Amino acid sequence: MSKHTLSILVENKHGVLARVAALISRRGFNIDSLAVGPTEHPEVSRMTIAVSVDEQPLEQITKQLNKLVNVIKIVELEPTQTVQRELLLVKVKADTLTRGQVLETVQLFRAKVVDVAPDAITIEATGNPEKLEAMLRVLEPFGVRELVQSGMVAIGRGSRSISDRTLRPVPVPPPHVQTGPPNVQARPASSSAGASASSAHHPVPAPPPGRTAVVPNQH
Amino acid sequence: MSEQLTGAQALIRALEHAGVDTVFGIPGGAILPAYDPMLDSTQIRHILVRHEQGAGHAAQGYAAASGKTGVCMATSGPGATNLVTPIADAYMDSVPLVAITGQVAGAAIGTDAFQEADIRGITMPITKHNFLVTDPNDIATTIAEAFHIASTGRPGPVLVDVTKDAMQTHGVDFQWPTELSLPGYRPVTRPHPKQVREAARLIVAAEKPVLYVGGGVIRAQASAELKELAELLGIPVVTTLMARGALPDTHDLHFGMPGMHGSVSAVGALQRSDLLITLGARFDDRVTGKLDSFAPEAKVIHADIDPAEIGKNRAADVPIVGDCKEVITDLIAALRTEIASAGRTPSYDAWRGQLESVRAKYPVAYDDPEDGTLSPQYVIERIGKIAGPDAIYTAGVGQHQMWSAHYLPFEKPRHWLNSGGLGTMGYAVPAAMGAKVARPDKTVWAIDGDGCFQMTNQELVTCALEGIPIKVAVINNQSLGMVRQWQTLFYDKRYSNTDLHSARIPDFAKLAEAMGGVGLRCSDKDSVDATIDKAMSVTDQPVVVDFVVHRDAMVWPMVAAGVSNDEIQIARDMAPQWDGEEL
Repeated sequence: MSKHTLSILVENKHGVLARVAALISRRGFNIDSLAVGPTEHPEVSRMTIAVSVDEQPLEQITKQLNKLVNVIKIVELEPTQTVQRELLLVKVKADTLTRGQVLETVQLFRAKVVDVAPDAITIEATGNPEKLEAMLRVLEPFGVRELVQSGMVAIGRGSRSISDRTLRPVPVPPPHVQTGPPNVQARPASSSAGASASSAHHPVPAPPPGRTAVVPNQH
Repeated sequence: MSEQLTGAQALIRALEHAGVDTVFGIPGGAILPAYDPMLDSTQIRHILVRHEQGAGHAAQGYAAASGKTGVCMATSGPGATNLVTPIADAYMDSVPLVAITGQVAGAAIGTDAFQEADIRGITMPITKHNFLVTDPNDIATTIAEAFHIASTGRPGPVLVDVTKDAMQTHGVDFQWPTELSLPGYRPVTRPHPKQVREAARLIVAAEKPVLYVGGGVIRAQASAELKELAELLGIPVVTTLMARGALPDTHDLHFGMPGMHGSVSAVGALQRSDLLITLGARFDDRVTGKLDSFAPEAKVIHADIDPAEIGKNRAADVPIVGDCKEVITDLIAALRTEIASAGRTPSYDAWRGQLESVRAKYPVAYDDPEDGTLSPQYVIERIGKIAGPDAIYTAGVGQHQMWSAHYLPFEKPRHWLNSGGLGTMGYAVPAAMGAKVARPDKTVWAIDGDGCFQMTNQELVTCALEGIPIKVAVINNQSLGMVRQWQTLFYDKRYSNTDLHSARIPDFAKLAEAMGGVGLRCSDKDSVDATIDKAMSVTDQPVVVDFVVHRDAMVWPMVAAGVSNDEIQIARDMAPQWDGEEL
């Protein structure tokens, strides 16, 4: 199994996250990380999903996701051509004895201190998953009291945009009133235009001689 | 052009704009507002069913028989959840269906209000798409989108859940949209020319090609094109359960239905083929058996309108995404070009000859029971003979369904309606009702089992009151026959909970009469034809014939679950002799 990052452009409509997450789960896959947020187009949101799957199931899950009506586009981002970032907030034990060492680590990883208490420091760090993992390894011995991490977001390098061309609206004609032969059992639209609603409008086939007709329900 | 309506009036007006002439449904609290303007509609006939499941299957039957989109309607909560089974069924079998449900008022959503169920959430995995409408101004556009999505691309069910307060709002500005904006929905129907050429090249180079035809050919209305393609080079054809009638059974190139209960010639054709030309089929487990031993020598051309089906179960050498009608049309043209440039027409005479001898040697057949009781296969065969290929047939699920698939005459598309993917017992009666409404000129026979019939027979009341004279053959073997067959074969004849005692209770003929129909009963071979004739003569009422049949009859041929299709048995412990055939 290998790690893959999918960028999914979706219509910004309610229920879309549920549709995407539920589809991945019911097709038997696990999401490693998921992030969702707005894009440069207010009607479009972007999801970044990291999954660990083989190539063939990845193709299947991509095709299934593409079938969701609210999913506009799916792009797999190649790690080497992509900037990937996660946000981490971590509360580390730090008293007067260890605070200096912790702050040194913060500097080494170009992280930030966002809160200080007499016995703890809260650190904010961004980076790719490997960098954050490395920083946590160094901080672990001081004692991690609490940790929260965002899903990964990712964007392709270079000047191209995955949303360039896909978001042009493609108008679709609405369904037309069917022009085929009318359903002969339905009330013809023209003949009963002025009739009262209680008139018989569902003719039944004439009964054969000698048999009484079953009268249809009138409404 | 716009006018001021209530949300409910807008809903009914939108359905009229979508071309709806029939709605199957049951009113209730949350959908109540919609039923008031329904009364005034001169275009829409509402058929009041007796259970929402019946409404859903009837809409499916209507859609499958007519090619139009079926519509069913129900209230919130239990009304909506009763639609879940037919919606799931329509999803599996790609039936265009729009289900309209009422929802509690917008402000009450999420409060566990009376008759509240999150039907949009519940049906997400079993619909092509679904909507919750809370703004009455969205009603027209949503209905237009629902019909567009349900009927285009790979057809499927779409649910529209509308809150009661949205329907009660006055002053709704009704406007039927002139265009829809669905940026994420663009089904591909035109096949890629390069892929089609590649497919033509493989076909011309093949020695043992088979057209593996699925329900997509029926949905795409591509039967004429299929016939032309098959006849162009004389390629053998097999039609799956969902595709029965895509090519006439009596056609020389037709080698039967493949799969777990397929004919030996059809199963053999796929197993020994060197090229599967797959059209609108999805390599379902009931067709392939053990997947890694399915058609082991074959390359695969796989054409389907749904890209996700291609490569899902079996890797495709030539994937083609497109509508079957267009794919086949283009493929015929590409084959003509390929033949012209190669300067020779490929011949599959030897291959076809092999299959013909298998077909002749192992026809699908049955023996009459030794104890003189009625053979279920005989009953179905006689119904098919007397009603003929012009009748529409529906079936429930189980033994009678498989016998119907083998012994009824399938000569035309959209004359065979059954629940293939989901396998929903109880499909036959309401689906027959829907089919009869769609095609009132046709004789419609529901071939049902005694188990299936007891699940949805209340729709006979609807048929009697609404003037929908369907015919039902209850193939009454007094048991859940297919399950019993498995207990016979794999559970040492320990018949746990499969005996229905339905020779005694209920009295199906009396039940039919109580519901406003004609009830007949037949238990001996000599009166089968007369009974069917009598049923055929009733044209103003539903008819139910209780055919009391032998209970130990089994469906053959059969490939046991989880084994290779090579292990097909034509009867218990009887395998066809492959060796002599060099097949």
